[in-house]
Amino acid sequence: MSKVLFVEPEKCTGCRSCELICSFTHAGEFNPLKSRISIVAFEKTGFSFPAVCQQCSVAACMEVCPVKAISVDPETGAKIVNHNICLRCKMCTIACPFGATFYDADQDVIMKCDLCGGDPECVKYCPTAAISYREAKIANFSKRRETAEKFREVMEEGR
Amino acid sequence: MFAWTGKILRVNLTKGTVTAEPLNKEYAEKYIGARGLGTKYFVEEVDAKVDPLSPENKIIFMTGPLTGTFAGSAGRYNVVTKGLLNGTIAASNSGGTFGPELKYAGWDGIIFEGQSPEPVYLSIYNDKAELLPAGELWGQDVFSTTDALKAKDEEAKVACIGPAGENLVKFACVVNEYHRAAGRSGVGAVMGSKKLKAIVVRGTGGIKVENPQAFLEAAKDARQKLKEHPVTGEGLAAYGTNVLVNILNEHGGLPVKNFSEAAVFPNADKISGEYQAEKYLVRNKGCFGCSIGCGRVTDIAKGPFKSSGEGPEYEATWTFGANLAIDDFEAICKANFLCNELGMDPITLGGTIACAVEMVDKGIIPRSVADLRWGDGAMLVEMTRKTAYRQGFGDELAEGSYRLAEKYGYPEFSMTAKKQEMPAYDPRGQQGIGLNYATSNRGGCHVRGYLTSPEVLGIPEKVDPDATEGKPALLKLFQDLTALVDAAGLCLFITFANGLPEISAQLRTATGLDLSDDEFLAAGERIWNMERLFNLRAGFSKADDTLPPRLLNEPMKDGPHKGRVVQLDVMLPEYYQLRGWDEDGIPTAERLTELGLD
Repeated sequence: MSKVLFVEPEKCTGCRSCELICSFTHAGEFNPLKSRISIVAFEKTGFSFPAVCQQCSVAACMEVCPVKAISVDPETGAKIVNHNICLRCKMCTIACPFGATFYDADQDVIMKCDLCGGDPECVKYCPTAAISYREAKIANFSKRRETAEKFREVMEEGR
Repeated sequence: MFAWTGKILRVNLTKGTVTAEPLNKEYAEKYIGARGLGTKYFVEEVDAKVDPLSPENKIIFMTGPLTGTFAGSAGRYNVVTKGLLNGTIAASNSGGTFGPELKYAGWDGIIFEGQSPEPVYLSIYNDKAELLPAGELWGQDVFSTTDALKAKDEEAKVACIGPAGENLVKFACVVNEYHRAAGRSGVGAVMGSKKLKAIVVRGTGGIKVENPQAFLEAAKDARQKLKEHPVTGEGLAAYGTNVLVNILNEHGGLPVKNFSEAAVFPNADKISGEYQAEKYLVRNKGCFGCSIGCGRVTDIAKGPFKSSGEGPEYEATWTFGANLAIDDFEAICKANFLCNELGMDPITLGGTIACAVEMVDKGIIPRSVADLRWGDGAMLVEMTRKTAYRQGFGDELAEGSYRLAEKYGYPEFSMTAKKQEMPAYDPRGQQGIGLNYATSNRGGCHVRGYLTSPEVLGIPEKVDPDATEGKPALLKLFQDLTALVDAAGLCLFITFANGLPEISAQLRTATGLDLSDDEFLAAGERIWNMERLFNLRAGFSKADDTLPPRLLNEPMKDGPHKGRVVQLDVMLPEYYQLRGWDEDGIPTAERLTELGLD
């Protein structure tokens, strides 16, 4: 797994453009329930959290699947559901600790993020870069630097 | 149908019935949606002479065909009714997620008619819709009501009224998702008169468009332009609408003390978007599908005005700030958040208090009745609360500035057009905005023809703000285009970066309507004339297409536009002529035929 979807909730404005492009790309319609990424909104305080499959290395969805219908895409590391094998037993939706794997009753399929084959659409339309697609090894380096920058400002102002 | 859901919900509050009906396709094709479509239903079903508070008035919630799609900034819905504040056609616009959620539930809109004997709310879960008792919610503020209605399903969206709507405050609004409002014209009071407390909606369906690939390309193009434009990509994103405080102040167009002084506020930097961002900003917030994200979450951590919430936007900051000579941003925030909580329009509230302070100052209203002073933040907060509950002098403020000033014998101190308070742009510093206030179909309002864009911001190109030449034609274009934007379900702010080609391309590919750009613009003009005809039937005339005498006769005292008044008499006849109206402002039969309105 070389790259990951990196989520920074503090940057999210809750606009849900990601949901729209995801549901359109995967299901051909604008429908938040068919989006593989969901914005969990706390309306009163305005905080928004993008919830999406983290492509866990030890993936509960894969482990719990009784027929091994979920496999790893060797290119992207995405956990992919093979709908021909899948029983629709929905054990994976229960096992996923993030609620990011779920069942679409309309099409009778399990839905989860497939990283769009290595070119995630949601990343392209996030206006604040709250979702980015980054090299896994250095994904959170920017956070270190942002924190360090604040520390530096405080220390240097204090002198 | 594509883009539209094709279904309307009709709720008779007198009988307690809820029925589904197919969307009138002919209406949709000619009036598009939201402001246009809602108004078409309204004018067909309601007598223009109707008393706004009577059961015969209706209130319509309507989305547009682009609402809830990937189109750039398409999260809007409109509330259409005969407004309580001034009796004009009222189409009040709001963002957030309520409109899209209504469409995902399968409805283009809801028509409420009659009057319920007891407080009720409408609950919608996809095609299941029912009226439920709201006895326990009645009397509660917007936050408590929204909390209670979301308790069963946190994902549901709520639009409701607060105490101001229940108490028939003339400028009560409808608030959705705690902080977003269909703010103007008193639409919340009409809802209150019908004993309709709230609508809670949850939808699990989707929206399909006619030509998916072409629509995607059109939406991507519109979004790219929004991203690249300095206003929608940078200014509004960085500082919210409050970016305008310093800009309008430098322009000499930020009205001060009820428009009685030069439109330059010495302490503007203490209420600006830059100041807000530096001192109080928690995070930025966007409406559904919007890349601009002009919303602000603001926190006042301590002190007498400790509070938090969304906003304040530019208009609220001005009306509670410069217009009352208040430079305490914390008091402004507190009053703004209270307006959300209690369900009131800040523009009219601030304008009414400013009118009252001026009359107290001049000795017209005795200090024994109301001891109001300029620059008093604590007074502002106290009066905000008292107005919503109609306590003490708040009961007089709840009537709006026109009725207040008229009661004391000086209607000229009400800074209103058609009895609705004017927003944050002194028209003596912008001739075009003056013409817009005078001709707006809902009275004092900036979002009917925002000529501030060319006159101050230079978008799409800079025009001389003091000139009258060319303004009638420019205003007509802005008014018609705005009507189309509102009808589509788009946010007006897109027009800084998107023009008629981008808007039409998205509408055409989403709906399948085979119309040229000009034909889409004509739909906007059709909507404008339909609203005008309603107002004429309601009893408005050329005499109402005017401004307070102060703006026509009292020259601006200082600043870049010193000595200016609004030259309305120069612009109005040309405006009528360009509109194809006679010299009394009545649309000619020929123009109505051309527009398909005969």
